[in-house]
This record gives sequence, C-alpha cells and structure tokens, in this order.
Amino acid sequence: MTSIPTIPLGHWVSHGVDYLTAHYGASLNAVSHFIHSLISLLEHGLRAVPVLIFIPLVAVLSLLALGWQRPRAWGLALFSLFGLGLVWDLHLWHALIQTLALVLAAELLILIVGIPLGIFAAQSHLAEKILRPILDVMQTMPAFVYLVPAVIFFGLGLVPGVIATTIFALPPLVRLTALGIRQVPAELVEATESFGATWWQLLWKVQIPTALPSIMAGVNQSIMLGLSMVVIASMIGAGGLGNEVLQGITQLDVGKSFVGGISVVILAIIIDRLTQAFGQQRKE
Amino acid sequence: MDQNAAKIEIRHASKVFGREERLALDLLDKGLSKSEVQKRTGVVVGIHDISLNILAGEIFVIMGLSGSGKSTLLRLINRLHEASRGSILVDGVDVTKMKASELRALRRRAFGMVFQNFGLLPQRTVLGNVEFGLEIQGIPRSQRRERAQEVIETVGLQGYEQRYAAELSGGMQQRVGLARALAADPEILLMDEAFSALDPIIRSQLQDDLLEIQDRLNKTIVFVSHDLDEALKLGNRIAILRDGRLIQVGDPQEILSHPADEYVSTFVEGADRSKVLTARDVMQNVRTAANPKDSPRVVLRKMERSGFGGLMVIDNGRRLHGYIDLSAVRSQREKEQLSTDLFRPIPTADANAKLVDLIQIITDKGSPVAVIDARQRVIGVVDKSTILAALAQNDDGPTVEENHADPTPAVAMASVPASQAESSASGS
Repeated sequence: MTSIPTIPLGHWVSHGVDYLTAHYGASLNAVSHFIHSLISLLEHGLRAVPVLIFIPLVAVLSLLALGWQRPRAWGLALFSLFGLGLVWDLHLWHALIQTLALVLAAELLILIVGIPLGIFAAQSHLAEKILRPILDVMQTMPAFVYLVPAVIFFGLGLVPGVIATTIFALPPLVRLTALGIRQVPAELVEATESFGATWWQLLWKVQIPTALPSIMAGVNQSIMLGLSMVVIASMIGAGGLGNEVLQGITQLDVGKSFVGGISVVILAIIIDRLTQAFGQQRKE
Repeated sequence: MDQNAAKIEIRHASKVFGREERLALDLLDKGLSKSEVQKRTGVVVGIHDISLNILAGEIFVIMGLSGSGKSTLLRLINRLHEASRGSILVDGVDVTKMKASELRALRRRAFGMVFQNFGLLPQRTVLGNVEFGLEIQGIPRSQRRERAQEVIETVGLQGYEQRYAAELSGGMQQRVGLARALAADPEILLMDEAFSALDPIIRSQLQDDLLEIQDRLNKTIVFVSHDLDEALKLGNRIAILRDGRLIQVGDPQEILSHPADEYVSTFVEGADRSKVLTARDVMQNVRTAANPKDSPRVVLRKMERSGFGGLMVIDNGRRLHGYIDLSAVRSQREKEQLSTDLFRPIPTADANAKLVDLIQIITDKGSPVAVIDARQRVIGVVDKSTILAALAQNDDGPTVEENHADPTPAVAMASVPASQAESSASGS
C-alpha cells in the first residue's frame, strides 16, 4: 500500500519555536521581566489593602458605578460583601488576589495591543482582511495549545500564564473596537471632517467617544475570557484560584475544585457587572 | 464685499463612484444616461459636467429628486467627495488642487455644514456640540464657550445649553446643527436637506428662522432640497438637477414661468404659486383711468366705453388719487369738475408683494390693488380676476408652450365686479 507522506507541520512549528528561543532569548527575557514586574506590582498593590477594607471598598465601588439610587447597585454591593466574604472565609483570599492580579495584568496588555489593532482594522479594509483570520485562529484554537510555546518561551509560572491569557482573550476587544468605530454614523464623520478636523481629532473626539459602549463591551468580554483562562493557565504554574481547581481535579476532590470554581464565578460576576456599568454610564 | 461676485464657481464638475471611472466619464460625454452607464460599467454616476456660479450673499438651492446628484454636488464644494473631473473654485482658489492642510484650513475658515440627520455628537451637550467646530480649530475653552453662547442665542436655544442632543426634538436638534455650523462664523453655509427630516410645521418655522438669520448675517448659503416649495421659499436662485445633470438655473419666478423642460414643469405643477409670484408678475396695465381734472361727463364716457363700473383716478404724473365708481359720478353729472370727496381710497402694494398677500388685501377690502413703484407712481393693477388667472395656470398643468407664449394671462382690466371676474377667469 502506497502511503501519502505526512506533512511535518508539527516538526516545523517545533523547529520554529526552537529557533526563536535560541536567537531571541534576550528579547524574550526582557518581555518576561516586564510582565513579571507588572504582575508583582499589581499583586503587591492589591495585597497592601487589608481584606476588611478591601471587601467594603468593592461594595462602595459597585454603588458608585451602578448609581446608589438603583436597587441593582445595592444587590451587587450585597453580593460583593457576602461573596468575597465567603472566599475569605474559605481561606482562598490569597489565591483570589493572585488571580485578580494575573487577569488585570493580562487585561492591561490586551488594552495596549487590542484597541490600536481595533482602530487599525476599522480604518483599513486591508488590515481587516489580514486580521480577521488571525483573530479567528486565536479564538478557536484550543486554549491548551498556547500553553506549550508559552512555557518554552517563558518557562513555568505567572508570566506564561499572562501571555497565554492575553492571546486567548484579545480577539473580542479587537473585534468590538473595530465594530464600534465602523458603526459611528457616516454623517457624524462627515460633519467632523467638514469642520476641518484632522485624522487624530476625528478619532479622539468623535470615533472613540461614540464607539465607547462597544469598546467597553469588548473590555468586559476580554476580562471574562481572561478569567476562564485562569484555570487552564494554572496547569503551567500560574497559581491563583485555578490552582485550587486543578488540585481538586488531580486529587479527585470534588469539594476542593468546587470551592475554587465558585470563587472564580464570584470574582467573574463582580468584575462583569462593574465593567458593564462603566460602559453604560457614558450612554445616559 | 462685492455682492455679485461669484463666491463659488463650479466648472465642468463630474463625480462618479466606481473603478471604471475613465470609461464611465467617456460614456457620459457621449451622452449616455446615468442608468445606461451604470449598467455597462457598474459605476454609479453622482453628477456629470455641471458648471454654475454661486454668488456671494445669496441662498442658492440645489434641487432634484433622490439620485439626482444634489448632495454629491454639495459635497464636492468642501471636498467631502473628490471630484472625478473639473474644478471647484472658492473665492477664486481651486479646492480640488489643495493640499490636505490647506483644505483643512479652508474648511475651518470658510465652511459650516448642516446635515439632514443633524450629525450631532450624542455624548455631548448642546453647548458641547455648538463649540465643536471651534474646538477643532484649537480655540481656548473660555473663548469658544463665549462664542458658542452667542450663537445659541442667535438660533433661539437659550436654556437648553446643558441638555444632551438626544433629549431634544428634531427641530431643536437641527437648531443645534445650525448653531454649530454658524459658530466659527464661516462665509459659506452648506445645508444638505437640512430641514427634510422635520415635520411640516417645524420645517416651515426653521425656514423662516433661516431667512431671518440670513437677513442679519448675509452668508452665502448652498441649500440642497428635494422640496420645490422649500426651494421657492428660500432660494434667491435655484438649480434643478436630474440624473446627475444640470437642467435649469434661475430665480424662482423664472423656474415657475419658464420651466426648461417637461421634467421641470412636472415639478412646478405641484408648487404653491401664490407664495412665489409677485404683483409684478401678474399685474395688468392700467388701460383706462380717470384724471382728477376730468369733468364728470368725460369720466362717464370713459366708463361706458371700457365697460367698467369704476375707475382709478390717476393724474398726468401717474400719481394715484383714489378710486371712483359709477354711482358717485352720476350724482355729480351736472358739475364742471369731479369733487375730490368722491375719491375713495384704494389699497396699494409694492411690485414685489407676494400674491398670497395681495389675495389677503383684496378679500379684506373688496377692491382691486394698485401696484405702485418707489415714487408712488402707478405701474399696474391687480384684481381678483388677474389672481385667479395666475393661479389657474397651476391647475391646468402648464405646458412649456403655454408658459413661453404668455406668462401673464390676458383678462379684462381692473375693477370688474366679482361675478364678472369669475366668468372672465374661466373664459381665459
């Protein structure tokens, strides 16, 4: 039986990754250092606030963000008090802060990369044509696949966790930023141009403010995706709440993984409601 | 500034949208229509080979149905669209050849634009929207606030400064749009179907306001509209476009009385002539009149000969002394001269008075109106029958020949009683 030769796609990718680590090790190290200091800065900052102040602070923040006159705001405030209190009581506060720092660091990178990319994709048809398949791959590729090169490039720990999370959660922000900007009414753009605005003024004074609800929806979506990546990232030593879940799975300890899981959900709900509120506030 | 200088000159401007630009222009030059060109090349024709001058200080209305290219033409003026061919001169400088920075400077200095759907920033207040153009120019906050406040008062928006655009009614939103366009005190206002999205009463109000503002500010206004009544009301001159080509340019009276072709006349059919035609357009010459020096016998003979029951009294200097009717003259039959007591006052009107106002006077006073010039001399007369005849042209659906042959209908002279007036109108 004649066999069709297998295309050595896997080999090529492995070799490519080897080549990159061999020749660009220094730059990778610099990136790694930068991300590492970003995470520790965030983590230390968050830990500096005592738990008994931190939790009420979140409750107050939800009242401010959603508007204290509205019953929903009080609902979220109560939920924060009891939910975060529960996490603390379960001795998972330390893990929660670590997870939060990881997600925030990843989100910061996502904002830095994602918003300019979204603007670029909105302005140029060519850019959109090139970006679309790349974003499709990033979004549909199983999240585990990012972990291996992340580990090879950056070793084990928090840094590859942040990198993998960033790549995984980037697409919705790019897409929603581009969508929001493209949906700014043509008449509004014409009006702005008719007053002699520069490209930068058009972008900064009209397109971004008008697209802001959509951009905030993108921010919200990317944070949510980032949180869902946390558990997976713990497999390469990213720590945090994901670690609890992972340990629970490996030890067949249903209770332990449930406790870790519910903590992630509590954190997710609070962040989701808060970022949504920031997005909607501008509309009213 | 010279009022009759061309502020904007459009020279052989064409705009087509699509890849086969060259081919499309060639076909258009050969006389193919918009739809034929589109079928053959896939190119959408905006406008083709339009040349016209827009004068400083006038309201110039560009009119046509949707797809006629009127908005495209407007956008060529401030280069929101790039012309495919031809040139557009603003104050003698070719806009199509400007560098990006020069174009921005021109847009900031010379143009204010108002849009059909307002184009306001929803996240800004009225004040924030009005000062937008000034902000683009980099004018300091306090200065632009002050100027914005002034313009807000000009358009009647005081008290709404801190409201968001989306909270206002359409008419109010368009006032914001107008204020925004006026804020930088541009020389030229470009208005793209600015009042078309508003309901009729609000639209008419804003038209009046625009005319009033124009009286004070004396801008050059280019106004795009699909509504003939609006064009006739606002326009000092009107350009009519069809399928991307210019059909006719003229002042409202010309458009109404000499439509260039079938297309324009069908447009004109629906127009309210009474708001456009003036006393000058419809008045009759005074063929028979009494002289204050006439004896009663002479006046009676004049009445008999002309068949009228009353005459205007006009002296040799064509000055109006009043109106005299048959019974009054009869009562003085034996006298040597007419007594001035018998002259009844007769309403007068300026030659530029609109028909709609003359109708009001004639129904109120029940007598004809003498048309007088600036030196109070009688130049003509308007009565019920003249008005009916002028308006009746409308209902017949005027044909080109009819209008060219006789813009002012022939009817009996002034001072005909109402019953006769109707029969003479229907007979004409």
